[in-house]
Amino acid sequence: MKYALFVGCLAPVMGRQFELSARKVAEKLGLELIDIEDFACCGFPLRSVDEETALLLATRDLCVAEGKNLDICTICTGCASTLAEAGKELSHDVGLREKVNEKLQKIGRAYKGEVKVKHFVRVLYEDIGLKKIKDQVKNSLEGLKLASHYGCHYLKPSDVFNEFEDPEVPKTLDQLISVLGAETVEYEEKIQCCGGVILDIDDNIALAMAQRKLEHVNAMGADAMVLMCPLCGSMYDRNQRVIERRFNASYGLPVLFYTQILGLALGIDPRELGLDMNRVKTSDLLSKLGF
Amino acid sequence: MVATKLDPKFKDEVSKTRGGQNIKRCYQCGTCNVGCPVREIEEKYNPRKIIRMTILGMRERVLSSEFIWLCSACYTCSERCPQDVRIADVMNALKNLAVKEGHVHSSFAKRLEVIEANGRLFPVSQFDNAKRKELGLPQIPPKNEEVQELCKLVGSSKPSNVGGGG
Repeated sequence: MKYALFVGCLAPVMGRQFELSARKVAEKLGLELIDIEDFACCGFPLRSVDEETALLLATRDLCVAEGKNLDICTICTGCASTLAEAGKELSHDVGLREKVNEKLQKIGRAYKGEVKVKHFVRVLYEDIGLKKIKDQVKNSLEGLKLASHYGCHYLKPSDVFNEFEDPEVPKTLDQLISVLGAETVEYEEKIQCCGGVILDIDDNIALAMAQRKLEHVNAMGADAMVLMCPLCGSMYDRNQRVIERRFNASYGLPVLFYTQILGLALGIDPRELGLDMNRVKTSDLLSKLGF
Repeated sequence: MVATKLDPKFKDEVSKTRGGQNIKRCYQCGTCNVGCPVREIEEKYNPRKIIRMTILGMRERVLSSEFIWLCSACYTCSERCPQDVRIADVMNALKNLAVKEGHVHSSFAKRLEVIEANGRLFPVSQFDNAKRKELGLPQIPPKNEEVQELCKLVGSSKPSNVGGGG
């Protein structure tokens, strides 16, 4: 199993613990991740202002992977959906592909339409599989109550992902949590968006969106929230104190990337999983697990 | 009520813009509004109304509106729309057209420039790379020459490089 690893813009700056833990669990599970220096922006940040240039950037990344004969595995859900959407459209729409290639040829690139794009968690679910993960669990997470948060772009637009998940009642992340021995907690408005995309547009609205979810998860007595997108992570973890101050609330809710709890279950040292890099302290959670 | 100049061709313009192809299918059921997480917080954001105004031809009002920038791109409306209007994509089409008219939200004004300079939206500083080295993570190059070339190719004529308020 081999993929080109697409780390994206956000994780290296605001979610190093995600990148770090993803690499560690991949190694443990026999998933080979190839680093490619030529990858750049996936195009998502430009879609609002310039769809054409955004598509060119996405396609350029696809070309880079195609040149190495590799499919792409991303750790950001936004990159996953942007690259997968571009890839799907370009493999079906020959006219569009020709138009895009006309421009890309000027920088010496052309896309044939052969690259598949998956988020890291989807790779775990589909390529590694629940059974293999379960078999490798060394430290069961029994006794932990975890609330899953699916990033919007892991699920939607669902046709981009060939209906791999049910966007209304998603299940893959919950199953991946359950096989580690932890209990998954249901909560109100589970599939609601973190608001991260509009944080720069209107922080009052964006932070209020995130606050609602923290409120709902907290109400169910979860030990932690588990997610898989660096933008969602920045909203619930990095901004949790800001939210607490602005809304006069107190949560202290640990927010972990799935790869971090998976790593713990696989017996990887917490320091190697960057658990000390999470903003909301994870020490109580770790002591609950006997670390 | 103040009379607004209507442009009956606006809906055609939107439907020819990438992402806006299905706008004319909207029959105003309001499913988009019901599931919208932004509207849940701020009622002023009203995707159904934005589409109605677009179909009615209220071009200037729509394109200069701050509301088109509030979509959080969660795609809930796009998934649930019984007419497959692909509302989140329509919002992108409207924003793209707004930018061409000079209505760029300030937080987006310099994005192309930033990506051109660094190859990415969030530049990786020397400090970040030093930290990565400590952690055993590979270095990330501070720029990408191909992206610079590509941005130059499309950039000079693109209004997304123009500053200004939204």
